[in-house]
Amino acid sequence: MPGRRVHDRRGRLRAFPLLTLAAMLGPLAAGLWWTIRPALGMMDGAPSLGPLRATLDWPGLPAASWLSLTSGAVATLGALAITALILAGWTGTRAFGLLQRLLSPLLALPHAAAAFGLAFLIAPSGWIARAVSPWATGWERPPDLLIVQDPWGLALAAGLIVKEVPFLLLVSLAALPQAEAPQSLRIARALGYGRVTGFLLTVFPRLYSQIRLPVYVTLAYSMSTVDVAIILGPNTPPTLSVQIVRWMADPDLALRELAAVAALWQLALVLGGIALWRAGEVLVGRLGALWIGSGRRGRLDGVAGGAGFVLALLTALAVLAGLAGLALWSVAGFWSFPDALPDSLTGRSWARHGSDALATFGDTALIAGAATLAALALTVGCLETEHRGGLRPSRSLLLLYLPLLIPQTAFLPGLQIMLIRLRLDHGLLPVILAHLVFVLPYVFLSLSGPWRAWDGRIATLAAALGAAPGRTLWQVRLPMMLRPLLTAAAVGFAVSVGQYLPTLLTGGGRVSTLTTEALALASGGDRRAIGVWSLMQALAAFLPFALALALPALLFRNRRGMAHG
Amino acid sequence: MRAAFLAALLAPLPALADTDPTDWDAVLAAAEGQTVYWNAWGGSTTTNDFIAWIGERVAEEHGVTLEHVKLTDTADAVTRVLAEREAGQDADGAIDLIWINGANFAAMKDADLLFGPFAEQLPNWRYVDTAKSVTTDFTVPTQGYESPWAMAQVVFMYDSADLAEPPASMAAILDFARANPGRFTYPQPPDFLGTTFLKQALIDLADDPSLLARPVEEVDYEAVTAPLWAWLEELTPLLWREGRAYPQTGPRQLQLMNDDEIDLAISFSPGEASTAIANFQLPESVRTFVLDKGTIGNASFVAIPYNSGSKEGAMVVANALLSPEAQARAQDPEVLGYGTVLDVAALPEAARAAFDALDLGVATLSPEELGQVQDEPHPSWATRLAEDWEARYGVAR
Repeated sequence: MPGRRVHDRRGRLRAFPLLTLAAMLGPLAAGLWWTIRPALGMMDGAPSLGPLRATLDWPGLPAASWLSLTSGAVATLGALAITALILAGWTGTRAFGLLQRLLSPLLALPHAAAAFGLAFLIAPSGWIARAVSPWATGWERPPDLLIVQDPWGLALAAGLIVKEVPFLLLVSLAALPQAEAPQSLRIARALGYGRVTGFLLTVFPRLYSQIRLPVYVTLAYSMSTVDVAIILGPNTPPTLSVQIVRWMADPDLALRELAAVAALWQLALVLGGIALWRAGEVLVGRLGALWIGSGRRGRLDGVAGGAGFVLALLTALAVLAGLAGLALWSVAGFWSFPDALPDSLTGRSWARHGSDALATFGDTALIAGAATLAALALTVGCLETEHRGGLRPSRSLLLLYLPLLIPQTAFLPGLQIMLIRLRLDHGLLPVILAHLVFVLPYVFLSLSGPWRAWDGRIATLAAALGAAPGRTLWQVRLPMMLRPLLTAAAVGFAVSVGQYLPTLLTGGGRVSTLTTEALALASGGDRRAIGVWSLMQALAAFLPFALALALPALLFRNRRGMAHG
Repeated sequence: MRAAFLAALLAPLPALADTDPTDWDAVLAAAEGQTVYWNAWGGSTTTNDFIAWIGERVAEEHGVTLEHVKLTDTADAVTRVLAEREAGQDADGAIDLIWINGANFAAMKDADLLFGPFAEQLPNWRYVDTAKSVTTDFTVPTQGYESPWAMAQVVFMYDSADLAEPPASMAAILDFARANPGRFTYPQPPDFLGTTFLKQALIDLADDPSLLARPVEEVDYEAVTAPLWAWLEELTPLLWREGRAYPQTGPRQLQLMNDDEIDLAISFSPGEASTAIANFQLPESVRTFVLDKGTIGNASFVAIPYNSGSKEGAMVVANALLSPEAQARAQDPEVLGYGTVLDVAALPEAARAAFDALDLGVATLSPEELGQVQDEPHPSWATRLAEDWEARYGVAR
């Protein structure tokens, strides 16, 4: 009888991977199917090459594709470099504590809000220019300089970097306890390596292998972002994904076929970008091995560490100043160039939008909470199945990451048609399920590394003491995993809060969240309204992160072994 | 008997179970308790506030709940209804009312995606000034498939602190740009305001603007548009950011004006500048002007998708939008500053008083000053001009 019970449990657990895959791949496959069909001109009639030719005829295609590739690569490389340097140079120091406190909340900030803040900061008529004009620059009028929306996509890459550094830092911090950093570093230091060099040569490779997938996701996201690109990216032509959304929105149905072709091309670009990145990893690994073999200790330790600190600080300050700018706009009266501050302050914008924003806050939190809880349950279920079955990280679970590596624009419109066909496009449930498609991978990404790196001997020990696997899970493993669990939940929540296209397309336009509202306003460019909505949005995503940081510190205050890292 | 039966059979029947718009009491009865999802562009906070106010009115008076679905682009709503029909969802679709005009209306009407005719059966239709262009929309007859609610006309904003004499023709705007490089731009086509700028420039520069009332295919497009492209060729390097970047929408152009990055901006609402000044969005020294030869004018409409589940509620909202009270409120520059579609002179005394009491605002031109209203070109022009503009300036670097 006891044997039978165990068998049953395992059977029930087995359902988790299946359920998870169904939740993810169903929408994905349906959406892709409905992308491929129009791309092949199969919406009405036999397949044709017409849509492909029409897309190739679009004169902006080479520039838009190149732009997606370069801005995505620059953003990912920049964010990863900054993350590595601050981890290398400053973990465990008081300065690092400061950076962490400054950067962590920024993860919660929706991309669009960060981009708007940054745009106002760096524009020729922006806050920085206002602060030094006219007394230092002599500018009575803003100079005609192409900074925001530059054709090289540098402003776009900067906007992505400031948002991706906090993401990579947080997943790195969650994985760092498994990278045996203190031990390795002690040995490296004892051998005469500097702090930064020692970290990069010994700890970073182990750390990187744990955060590889988040890095790929960052690359895929950066290459296909829509909202940041609309605000900071060029428009002559725009990036490929922005152009896809424009074609998608056109009432001329023929353009949907172009969008479908371009979506598949965007997918190919992203996959190609990841392949290139993988090749780069191998190259960097070789170079690192050569370095170690040469026995050189390096002399740029201080410079590299310092640069990392300054860049990270700039990242944090840029976003915080941008946020402060948005906050100021939300209470600004008339405010023109070159005044550094508004002529007057007024509560009018908050009176106008505050109650609406608060009501929308409730829906936003409901959707995000439901999607995050479902994602956590499925993820823990999958990981525990893997653990108890003694399975290696399953290949099929890699499929989970597809929604993050496939551009949203490629399969969401198809998903919309499917929902309408099943008459499911009403109410919050389809929106929650659509959010789950994107929340689940992020939750899985941030939880799986630490979960798998957990020392399995502890489970053996618990079993030897007579604990059933369920008891081990609930009483040993989950409490030990509290920090990564909360981190994953916070990431999931923030991802949900930030979703735009899924909410818009699966809610039938009837479900609004802080993000859909803010982006609708963003198209109008009213900085005061954007200020109010962005602050509310940031608040919705910020609270879980505050909890993720505060709770373990509170609960583990007497258990240093569990709180380390 | 037989004749009556045949007549009933042949009469254009509204879709099954829809209330007949001519029986207004039945419409009101059916509307009570309905929720109307109005898909309207949500990029303007003043418009959003006005829609919320209309929502309060119809809720109080008729028990209709109005939900504003804020769009970034009206085409999203068109796409949505198309997608619903493709999926066979012919009843209770997600959209009950759309703020629409021009190409989007033409596309929906062509594809039989609209409910109607209903507009001329609305009780408040009797106040509408049919001499205004409210029964054609970009040369396409509306035939009662959309109900007007606001008039718009192109004006240009300028900062009177920087510019003594505004340039009153497209040629003069080019002269201004030569003298002040980098101080003028327009929203990037295919944004509707940007495309409107192209149409306005074409009307002003074309040898025979009357050709624009015909579909593009029927005229010698190259010859008609040659003056426009020649003019743009010279203007573009003189634009803000040398034409390498453009504001994406009208309000973002307005923000550039407020940031003192540009001196001139196009607007499709004569009252927008006054409203923006009242909302701290523009300096108090901003004024508006129109071109000597006149500027384009058109109406904004609301239409009801064929598969709406709350058609009666939607008609009640359309009717409420035509009420003198709502129209006077929309014209108030402190609220919206939109032109009314009503014949104010023919209104009952009390209703007229509300209009007479309006202070149109410092930057708003009087109806006389607005001058000659030019008709919108056929919708095919907007599409073609935007496409060609994109090929020439939208992707070239």
